[in-house]
Amino acid sequence: MTANHSLEVQDLALGYGDRVVIESLDLAVRPGGITVIVGANACGKSTLLRSMSRLLAPRKGRVVLDGKEVHRTPAKELARTMGLLPQSPIAPEGITVADLVGRGRHPHQGMFTRWSREDDAAVAAALEATHTSDLAERSVDELSGGQRQRVWIAMALAQQTDLLLLDEPTTFLDVSHQVEVLDLLTDLNRERGTTIVMVLHDLNLAARYADQLIALADGRLHAMGEPAQVLTEDSVRAVFGLESRVIPDPTTGRPLMLPLGRHHVLEPSGLAAEN
Amino acid sequence: MSAETAIRPLGVEAVTRGRIRRTARRGAVVAVLAVLIAAVFATSLMVGRTFYPPADVVAVILGEQVPGASFTVGTLRLPRAVLAVAAGLCFGIGGVTFQTMLRNPLASPDIIGISSGASAAAAFAIVVLSLGRTGVSAVAITAGLAVALLIYALAFRGGVAGTRLILIGIGIAAMLDSLTSYVLSQAAEWDLQEAMRWLTGSLNGSTWTETVPVLLALAVLAPLLLSQARNLSAMQLGDDTASALGVRVERTRVIVIVAAVGLIAFATAAAGPIAFVAFLSGPIAARIVGPGGSLLVPSALVGALLVLVADLAGQYAFGTRFPVGVVTGVLGAPYLVYLIVRTNRAGGSL
Repeated sequence: MTANHSLEVQDLALGYGDRVVIESLDLAVRPGGITVIVGANACGKSTLLRSMSRLLAPRKGRVVLDGKEVHRTPAKELARTMGLLPQSPIAPEGITVADLVGRGRHPHQGMFTRWSREDDAAVAAALEATHTSDLAERSVDELSGGQRQRVWIAMALAQQTDLLLLDEPTTFLDVSHQVEVLDLLTDLNRERGTTIVMVLHDLNLAARYADQLIALADGRLHAMGEPAQVLTEDSVRAVFGLESRVIPDPTTGRPLMLPLGRHHVLEPSGLAAEN
Repeated sequence: MSAETAIRPLGVEAVTRGRIRRTARRGAVVAVLAVLIAAVFATSLMVGRTFYPPADVVAVILGEQVPGASFTVGTLRLPRAVLAVAAGLCFGIGGVTFQTMLRNPLASPDIIGISSGASAAAAFAIVVLSLGRTGVSAVAITAGLAVALLIYALAFRGGVAGTRLILIGIGIAAMLDSLTSYVLSQAAEWDLQEAMRWLTGSLNGSTWTETVPVLLALAVLAPLLLSQARNLSAMQLGDDTASALGVRVERTRVIVIVAAVGLIAFATAAAGPIAFVAFLSGPIAARIVGPGGSLLVPSALVGALLVLVADLAGQYAFGTRFPVGVVTGVLGAPYLVYLIVRTNRAGGSL
């Protein structure tokens, strides 16, 4: 299932009630890649992701998947191509891992159709891919934060979509689990060709894992492209209002952002002046 | 079958085994409940002031004339037992639907005022408007839906938060219950038995006139509700997750609310708001079925069994005859207290 899909946002305006969140946005997600959306709090990242997955209707403009407008595509049909893991999904009390992952099969099942062997195979494959097979019969309540997040990703995988959207999949995780989740998503991208679009808070992890970085500022597109082009000292200043130093990460060669606060920086004026 | 099966046969087998184990437990629970309901139903037809052997009861059901039994069983006991089952099914399935949809065991229609609305309207329709059966049912269902809509509107503030909805519902239930009391106090010739029907629920003096509309409502609305069982299960994961799984959340919510309120209102119009049955059935079913999977059918059966047993106990287990709602009320109240204490310990967020 490596069909590459094109996902584009055209002249999109979004908002809730009176509040305008995104004014006018054009962007194209890189097919078969990992796209990471970054930006300051309340800049419209999650709103954009929700709209891309049909959860929020546009005020203006459209979201187009393979030439078809997302908001005019039947919900179930779309759910077989594109999955979304929201920021805080709810696990019903006492539900087992296998049962929760099985809920991801919803778009492949009819109102009264029985479970098929195909459904079981998809669940088993999703558990395997996320290294949660051993947890299958455990209750989700008992799991650690990292395990739980892998289980939710497994649920999204059981949906067997070629595109997967994730809203801050690493929030509330410690650093090792953050890396674990992002490595897992990279495996999926490389091994299955799943196109991934996610919102991340951590700029350095975003720059490390993204093939394409999208920076939003005040509901507008600030920059879009390779991490090295997007994560610059200028863009950090424009998007976050923060002075910083960006150097090549010695371990990956990707850009590494070092924030310059008002304290603890050696010769702050000297560093700032260099740029 | 598929590529994955070939690569990971063990994993798939394990998943299949686990799923079959869960389904088997559910199946067993449903079967046992159905047998128990049949047994209590049969018992309630046979026992009473006069005992009639099974042969007589079967003869009456088949339409034969049996001296004494035809009246006692056919006219008194049978409609009452059928209404007990039907109302129990309605309360059980309607209650668990709300509890599942709002992800909160306190969000049952008899706690958040929907039963009270139907009950107050039914009492008003009978006492003040002197309406017939159809009219009473129509007024009750309209009031039930209106109350549901009112609570929803009052609790809506850019999305419906469960806690706010429940607190508003409890307040509305209190107002409607006092309205019922007022209406009853205006009816001078009203006897205590009939008053109890609208305050706590009662099956005393039930006839086919009350029972048939409930059966019809069940025949239409229960399948409609069951058709949404899977969507409801997906909505347990949150609205966004459900939408991403292809559920049309708003549409499902409207269908489910209308069907559940309809069932509750029809049952209430016939038997009164039998206290706590809607509230108790879901959690009891969840306990015996285990986590995961739809609780609609098990909960409906638990509701039916609760009403049957409580009515039988209310009639014969004590010196005096108690209406069914008094018995279920005694069972339900401690659970309500337990639930509130437990949620308070868990951090106070309902």
